[in-house]
Amino acid sequence: MKNGRDPVIVGIADAPIEDGKFVTKASVLGHAALVAKAAVEEAGLTLDDVDGLLTAGMWGVPGPGQLATVTLGEYLNIMPTYVDGTNIGGSAFEAHVAHAAMALREGYCEVALIVYSSDQKSLRSRNLGGRPSVLSMQHETPYGMPTPVGGYAMAARRHMHEYGTTSENLAEIAVATRKWAQLNPAATRRDPLSVDDVLSSTMISEPLHLLDCCLVTDGAGAIVMTTAERARDLKTAPVAVKGYGEAHTHWAIGEMPDLARLLPAQKAGETAMKMAGVSHSDIDVVEVYDSFTITVLLTLEALGFCKIGEGGDFVSGQRTAPGGAFPMNTNGGGLSALHPGMYGMFLLIEACRQLRGVCGDRQVAGAETALVHGTGGTLSSGATVILQKD
Amino acid sequence: MSPEKPLPVIDHDSAPYWEAAQEGRLDIPLCGDCGKHHFYPRAICPHCHSDNLRFDTVSGRGEVHSFTIARRPAGPAFADDVPYVVALIELEEGPRMMSRIQTDDPEKVHIGARVEVTFVKASDEIAHPYFRMT
Ligand SMILES: [Zn+2]
Repeated sequence: MKNGRDPVIVGIADAPIEDGKFVTKASVLGHAALVAKAAVEEAGLTLDDVDGLLTAGMWGVPGPGQLATVTLGEYLNIMPTYVDGTNIGGSAFEAHVAHAAMALREGYCEVALIVYSSDQKSLRSRNLGGRPSVLSMQHETPYGMPTPVGGYAMAARRHMHEYGTTSENLAEIAVATRKWAQLNPAATRRDPLSVDDVLSSTMISEPLHLLDCCLVTDGAGAIVMTTAERARDLKTAPVAVKGYGEAHTHWAIGEMPDLARLLPAQKAGETAMKMAGVSHSDIDVVEVYDSFTITVLLTLEALGFCKIGEGGDFVSGQRTAPGGAFPMNTNGGGLSALHPGMYGMFLLIEACRQLRGVCGDRQVAGAETALVHGTGGTLSSGATVILQKD
Repeated sequence: MSPEKPLPVIDHDSAPYWEAAQEGRLDIPLCGDCGKHHFYPRAICPHCHSDNLRFDTVSGRGEVHSFTIARRPAGPAFADDVPYVVALIELEEGPRMMSRIQTDDPEKVHIGARVEVTFVKASDEIAHPYFRMT
């Protein structure tokens, strides 16, 4: 049943990057502000209309980034009355959509702005020195655990052991994703890629090769949400937020309940699909976090698109490539388009673009329902959002 | 010269574990209520949430649950070790812990391989429990 306070997405924006770096000269907060402004203005709103502010990032820590919403609110010079700085890794923004949806339904805010920005490529700051060896990490960091890739590698190894999944299966994902990137002028890596290229790329953390790993780029993105009622007066075609779910299990990989099974995705996906009242056959386009190829395989299984252990078969034969039966990661993903550290923001933006029908060469014909799933940490957290053309 | 390797920052939860490691014992928490061991050491049992815990010396035997061969180091401090094997060991007593496999041939490591603990001194306060295939 429709309600005037049903949550919808009315504005999206992302920052231009070239060779993985920001084109515009601005600080990491400057880029957050620029995409925030672009997203609200696209909808016909202004930053002064924003009363809900949600953000997560890795900038300014230790320092002003520890109070990220406060620092961003100050930079924008706004006084939000609903804030959420939930940081569960790269899936944070899917969780933000869920939290903003609840706040909008409850009348706790009218215009919610979700923002992310990272200049890790320009700063060359990614993962220098590893995770500080305190609390749970005192039992991982001293052993020289490569983070985050090592945890994903251990999960991949375990999946191979239990289900016979192969490096070729994983490479299929990287290759299919690259084909989508070739249709997206904004993607960072657009040169042709074969399964052999992936398998012969440098081994990073066995069994994961360089081309099983996401890119390291800059990036900034913003999403504006409001109620269906308010959206009637705005400039964009709203995208409805029909369902959402989230869960997390561990950060230390040694604490992952089952290395070959992504429980947060299973839980979040079930919750979101039930809320939206959709089944797998209703989903036209899928955007799932691809920090590593194995992330995708585990996610597709956990979300129920195939049985546990059958992910390798499911992605074979370029099934997820353009023209395949299962359009997935249609912008080229974190593997080939961009990956600024917490990529979940860009899954949402691409899903909205697909539902708006503005994707040009990579448009999935007749896309009406999208599933977005973010994964954060070391297969730690998962958050699912079901979006629908309104 | 490569930078120093990161050492664990010992806290009240982990102090008895690290003290035992110094003395060549693998001591991990055992729950007086549900009878299960756990790792890493916590102030309450992650299985039943009881705080009736004591440290118990375990066998130091287990098997490789999963592993990765690091071909690139986790930062410059580990550059001289490459290639090295980081593994999750499933102890006979149940819990999993991360460690290194000491081996001349990383390619020989496999899931299910039987391993035994060996302690490697890292500082005056710390000896790391590494594992060797048996
Ligand atoms: Zn217990």
